[in-house]
Amino acid sequence: MTNLALAFLSAGFGAGLAVIGAGIGIGRLAAAAMEGTARQPAATGDIRTSMIIAAALIEGVTLFALVVCILLAVKA
Amino acid sequence: MRAPIRSMTRIAVAAALLGSALTFGRVAVAEEAEAVAPAEAAEAGHHPSVPEVIFDHVSDGRDISFENPITGAAATINLPELHVGGFDLSITRHTVFLWLAMVVVIVVVSLAARKRSLVPRGFYSVIEVFVKFVREELAEKNIGKHHGDAYVPFLATLFFVILTANLIGLIPFAAAATGNINVTLGLAILTFIVTLFAGMKGQGVVGFWAHIVPQGVPLWLYPIMLPVEILSMLTKPFALTIRLFANMVAGHIVLFFLLGLIFLLQGVGPYIAPVSVAFATGVYFLELFVALLQAYIFTMLSALFIGMASHSH
Repeated sequence: MTNLALAFLSAGFGAGLAVIGAGIGIGRLAAAAMEGTARQPAATGDIRTSMIIAAALIEGVTLFALVVCILLAVKA
Repeated sequence: MRAPIRSMTRIAVAAALLGSALTFGRVAVAEEAEAVAPAEAAEAGHHPSVPEVIFDHVSDGRDISFENPITGAAATINLPELHVGGFDLSITRHTVFLWLAMVVVIVVVSLAARKRSLVPRGFYSVIEVFVKFVREELAEKNIGKHHGDAYVPFLATLFFVILTANLIGLIPFAAAATGNINVTLGLAILTFIVTLFAGMKGQGVVGFWAHIVPQGVPLWLYPIMLPVEILSMLTKPFALTIRLFANMVAGHIVLFFLLGLIFLLQGVGPYIAPVSVAFATGVYFLELFVALLQAYIFTMLSALFIGMASHSH
């Protein structure tokens, strides 16, 4: 395999792995938030706000990984 | 309400100028590499591939093109070049749409706030809902009831500028200025400056820099903690930059690729176009939601960072 092929392969794999991580993270977060809302409906607003903040942070880390993958795919 | 509006205008101008200055710088680099390829392709009558068309639509450029979808007649506005003292200060597509967003925000908000009354009416009530939301849900909750009001003009400006720029990007033939990393970096640098200012105002200039490392950390950990804390200070604006930029660009690329499937799968069957147009319409409505969500997240994280800096650890 040439270096170019390896770069494209790693970009694809990297994007997939990053998305798996983000999916697990945000999925667990949403599950916990829903459970919390079901147990304590009065706290719905606060739970939603902190869920969005945490989801945005998880998403941020994922996007860092995706930027690396995009750079690999574009510069290769 | 008068003072916030006035400072809002001032901040909008500052944001636009900072963003466009950064846009100029980047195109100067990119231009030299790409100047040859599209011109040659057009002259040879070569049809660009789908990814080429998509990246041409998403990236910044020197022209704004319009095309009549029925007749195929096209018109292109070439933007003027401007070189000042070795710097390439040419106006680019994203600059134009960032300025458009600025003008829209200034005009709409000023018009809405012209007649102030206790009972909001018409468009005034729409703007007031957003400003009230920014004030009560973002500023007061994250920064605090006493200090929050001082930052409402800044946060509201961020919110309206980002929302307007995002929504302008969804109009056909227009471009999303927030899909340019230089614009989002400019906005994040503004947040960073305000965060530092809030920290120094809340804890004192000496107190802020002395408390970069949380109190109670043993002295031998300082060589590790100091770089980590400085790095975390710089990571926040970087994360803001990448988040907004990547969300806008990714959304537009997905939208174009769904439409590009029609051309990629040419000859497969007649059922490709309805399906891809239906999906693209769905993604378009998702993008409307994302435009609002990203403006909200950027504003909320800015408020959160300001609040974190202004209270001691």
